[in-house]
Amino acid sequence: MRAMPEVLGRGRRRRDRGPTGLAALYPRGFWQALAAPGLLWLVALFLVPFYAILATATGRVDPIFGTALPEWNPLYWQPDAFGYVVHELAAPQGIFRIVFLRTLRYVASAVVLCLVLGYPVAYYMSRLRGRARNTFLLLMVLPFWVSYLMRMLAWVNLLQRDGLVNRVLELTGILEPQRWLEGKSLTVVLGLTYGYVPFLILPVFAALDRIDRHVVEAALDLGASPARTFLRVTLPLSRQGVLAGTAIITLPMFGDFYTAQLLGNLQTSMIGSLVNFYLQGSTLGSAQARGAALVVVLAAMVSLLTVYYLVSTARAAREAER
Amino acid sequence: MSPPGRDRLGWLLPDPWRRPRFLAVYAWLFVAWSVLPVLVAVLFSFNAGRSRSTWQGFSLRWYLSDPDLSVVHDPTLRGAVLQSLELAVLTMAVATPIGVALALGLARWRGRVSQPANLLMLLPLVTPEIVLASGLFLAFVHLYRAVPFGTPAQLLGHVTWSIPYVVVVLRGRLFGLGREYEEAAMDLGASPAEALRRVLLPLLAPAILAAFLIVFALSIDDFVTSQFLSSGEGTVTIPMLIYGTGRTGENPSLNAVATVMLVLSLGALALAGAALRSFSRRRGARASAAGELMRFEL
Repeated sequence: MRAMPEVLGRGRRRRDRGPTGLAALYPRGFWQALAAPGLLWLVALFLVPFYAILATATGRVDPIFGTALPEWNPLYWQPDAFGYVVHELAAPQGIFRIVFLRTLRYVASAVVLCLVLGYPVAYYMSRLRGRARNTFLLLMVLPFWVSYLMRMLAWVNLLQRDGLVNRVLELTGILEPQRWLEGKSLTVVLGLTYGYVPFLILPVFAALDRIDRHVVEAALDLGASPARTFLRVTLPLSRQGVLAGTAIITLPMFGDFYTAQLLGNLQTSMIGSLVNFYLQGSTLGSAQARGAALVVVLAAMVSLLTVYYLVSTARAAREAER
Repeated sequence: MSPPGRDRLGWLLPDPWRRPRFLAVYAWLFVAWSVLPVLVAVLFSFNAGRSRSTWQGFSLRWYLSDPDLSVVHDPTLRGAVLQSLELAVLTMAVATPIGVALALGLARWRGRVSQPANLLMLLPLVTPEIVLASGLFLAFVHLYRAVPFGTPAQLLGHVTWSIPYVVVVLRGRLFGLGREYEEAAMDLGASPAEALRRVLLPLLAPAILAAFLIVFALSIDDFVTSQFLSSGEGTVTIPMLIYGTGRTGENPSLNAVATVMLVLSLGALALAGAALRSFSRRRGARASAAGELMRFEL
């Protein structure tokens, strides 16, 4: 099941058959005209908004109304808002620095947890066949289509002071009942893990599923122990899936503000909460510019990951085509 | 098969071709962890009492019968359901045709611009939603001032977000079809427009239907874009309501609204899976609904 390359790679291509092929049958510009509305839409409502973020971040503040005045001409860009963001990121007690480091900690812990919890499940799934595999796949795909917020609400219910988790703890006596929802980092990290782990399992599963069984058999036949076979053959061969999965969950996690908000308090807010606060919580022009600058910094960081991800899936798609 | 020499990890990974018992137990525990909390939340939406953690008997009180607090009678809850539905239906109606045309165009268009165009189409899929939503928010504040916040802005946002998914669903089908059908139609005298309308589109119908339903589900579940582009009160969707009152809510009516959302999006998805399956079967390929759904969720 080659899910990944088929989706993000360019897929299988057929060669045009020269002037006698299909291309000659359609009038010039036929396909371009079909693609045009969609492309225009994406330019106007994806690329231009991107530029609007930049323009707002580098704009001025209206002296009378105090609203933000975006600067559309790059020649007149003001660096003030970026200066503020960078300063707050660099200063030891800067608010962005504290939140940013916290975000890094949460994301890193959650990604590691996702890998540890998710990899064995993907491995198990890749070895199932027939009905069992389909059932399991369906169960794995379900969380995608349950709203993220609903899944977090489920945990809010469970983790309340008189919630089921505390009651089970009380009954079994493993732990004292906890105030789970009052600014506990552990709760937020577990929440992130719960929310994003399905997105990691599927690409890892796809990679494991592509591994040729004969390669594993060969390793075993040549005398490698099962553990060694796993560490030296299976694990390296699933690397692409692990990397893709990690990228897929890391990108949205950096922008996540609702998990920390629903499962924690101000003490657990993440970088996304700051963006939300600066852009939505205030009508001041300076706040809007700072929020926009923060988004640009966030997007720049994330885009490194994105580029890596796109390049590596494109490469994987090319290899699969060979 | 495997040599007898087992080392420390041997108990964990015994024989790769034997039934992995430890892994099986673990995997099913994982599934339980992943599904049970949501099931519990759904269960408590049917609670007869006000508690979200103590079971007090079954009732439809939080859906129908409570005169003030049920989904049907509380204007906030009812408003959220209606807003979510309205947005999802509108998004479906706008995004799917645009996306289908874009998929057809990109699949057949070979030229210097087609590669960057492909990239542009894929970018929203890998952009964190908060970045896109911030951009749209600022664009609507400063540039497209004619678009009011609320339903119109939310609609434009949802459509932008959905177009790439439509393209991805359609594209898989298009590559699978090849060009023979159109060529045959045109050899037999069909014009390009006729070949498209009477041959290609009917062949793609199940995929198009699936795309409609997937867009519906995406829009119902969306939170960040709706939140950034809302105009307050009347434009609160179900996920926004959960975000706003999830912590303070004092009775299971919120669970009831969330369950309504769950049923809507999973229902749409089940239909989409069925549509794609019927398509594969007709083409003689074996496919499971899960496999089909998984194909485009990345």
